[in-house]
Amino acid sequence: MTKNSVEIRNLDLSFGAVKVLQNLDLDIHDGEFLVLLGSSGCGKSTLLNCIAGLLEVTGGQIFIKGHNVTWKEPNERGIGMVFQSYALYPQMTVRGNLSFGLKNARMPKPEIEERVKRASEILQIEPLLDRKPGALSGGQRQRVAIGRALVRDVDVFLFDEPLSNLDAKLRADLRVELKRLHEQLDNTMIYVTHDQVEAMTLADRIAIMKDGKIMQLDSPAEIYNRPRNLYVAGFIGSPAMNFIEGNIAGNTFTSGDLSVPVGDYDYMSGGAHDGAAILGVRPEHVLTDDMLPSADMTAKVKADLVEPMGADTLVWTSLEGHPFRFRMDGQAHVKSGDEITIGFNLTRISLFDPKTEDRL
Amino acid sequence: MSSAEHAPAGPDKRPIRLFRNLWSKIAAIPMILVSVGIFVGGTIWTIVYSFTDSGLLPRLNWVGLEQYERLWSTRRWLVSIENLAVFGIASLILTFALGFLLAALLDRKIRFEDTFRTILLYPFALSFIVTGLVWQWILNPEFGVQSIVRGLGFESFTFDPLYDSSKVMIGLLIAGLWQGTGLIMVILLAGLRGIDEDIWKASRVDGIPAWKTYVVIIIPMLKPVFITALVLVTSGIVKLYDLVVAMTSGGPGISSEVPAKFVYDTLFTRQNLGQGFAASTMMLVTVAIILIPWALLQFRGKKND
Repeated sequence: MTKNSVEIRNLDLSFGAVKVLQNLDLDIHDGEFLVLLGSSGCGKSTLLNCIAGLLEVTGGQIFIKGHNVTWKEPNERGIGMVFQSYALYPQMTVRGNLSFGLKNARMPKPEIEERVKRASEILQIEPLLDRKPGALSGGQRQRVAIGRALVRDVDVFLFDEPLSNLDAKLRADLRVELKRLHEQLDNTMIYVTHDQVEAMTLADRIAIMKDGKIMQLDSPAEIYNRPRNLYVAGFIGSPAMNFIEGNIAGNTFTSGDLSVPVGDYDYMSGGAHDGAAILGVRPEHVLTDDMLPSADMTAKVKADLVEPMGADTLVWTSLEGHPFRFRMDGQAHVKSGDEITIGFNLTRISLFDPKTEDRL
Repeated sequence: MSSAEHAPAGPDKRPIRLFRNLWSKIAAIPMILVSVGIFVGGTIWTIVYSFTDSGLLPRLNWVGLEQYERLWSTRRWLVSIENLAVFGIASLILTFALGFLLAALLDRKIRFEDTFRTILLYPFALSFIVTGLVWQWILNPEFGVQSIVRGLGFESFTFDPLYDSSKVMIGLLIAGLWQGTGLIMVILLAGLRGIDEDIWKASRVDGIPAWKTYVVIIIPMLKPVFITALVLVTSGIVKLYDLVVAMTSGGPGISSEVPAKFVYDTLFTRQNLGQGFAASTMMLVTVAIILIPWALLQFRGKKND
């Protein structure tokens, strides 16, 4: 059984009367790259700061590598942290930044030098060691910030939206580097972001958070293919999943004229479910043209708006009164007003209970 | 197809730099005349006339450095300079130390921060004359601090610096600090607020104790703010006049004389213009001696960057 690197039990955090985190439980495996994903205000940064020890918890326990660190100072928890604004000490050189914490801990000089050398080799910042942060580019600064966490020789790394201050290209480059770094070091990494792409590409598991609660904790593939509730389904995927309200009766989902056989649908628990339901299907899973023969069901829609994006064409339409988007090939000849036949497969749809918003 | 209607066509000429914003420049002329004319002109005039033997009225009778020789052998002047040096250094160190300490304490997101800030800044709203008068009363041995503490039972408590010629500057220092620390605190607090919060977090994760973070990381980051505060404090020190007049009138005897008071008294009370000009020129020289190397350091350094 994989040992847990970080364990959080019944965590409560309130700012006065405002309850930001309530009774949160989370287990993070050894060597795992866990991403806390959510929109602003969901509590992901707060949770990270609690793990780091920068915020005092109102209730609950935090364990890192088996030790109860709930009341320990940040530097005693065996963590390293990387911030969105890098937070490098501006008056020191890169070498100074990397070694300041170690010098403060009275570490012998040769060991400090050894650690600085190792970190700067891994991050390729050796030529920058004598420069000050002001003379570095954003990407270089971020690497130094990661280096500062690396030299601490700890087991858990915490990242607080580290790529948010960088431009798109740099973000993409550094993302790849972070993934390589994780593979090279095999440390536990806890990463906070609001960017889906970062989450999906970097994570071993993603914890999607909303209002201080974890909505789903799963691998990226599971979250994408089998979202547990409406929120997760609508959050992941761009453009977002289409939702159609309807009713299930006798193994068929009906909404107006639309009829979808759901006998073979993979229900979460129990068996078939009768009653009101919401059908969800992603724009990229809608089948058109030559892929139609493999569809489990088809329908005809009229295109309202067509957005040619080069690689794909996004078509906006409405299905049984619900706004519906789907993707077609970039070379498809579609224009507004065209009648198009669409279809989808049972393996690609999700059904949700409208009242509980949970997956059926 | 056609662009908007323009003024009658003519060859497009590059506007002459000097005539750009012409009306603004014209409007600024009175201010420029006043500053250049009165300030610079007046300063030059004073320096020139310090080499004359002007008495009640200025007259262009050249006497070389005679006024200066006489000045530097005047006991009153020597005491003034000494007092200013002592007051200046002590005031500088203590204002910054207290100001920064208070600012750091207020920066901790405490509950009644606004109230504390207002209370600490209030003295700055008082003029030096009022400050001097108030502290003269507080330090009065008959009904001030000394009498209150004696009333509590400490019969031998003595605290009347204003009546002791060796301690009078301490009394002035207390009043000056009370008045000026608030402003420095507010300026340093503003500077502290501008520090990225993540720096604090990073230093906590690194395990750096709070005092070390302040000294090694935060204060160097506040360099521009410190320079602003420094300019304010030093200009206040050099200008020291009304506080002395209100608190001690230069006494007891001449033990709390300061250069600004010396210049004023010499020019208008003792009506010795030549001496007064020499003294004020010496004040200018002192300030210049401090400023010029610093300015060279700053701007020479910038050019090399």
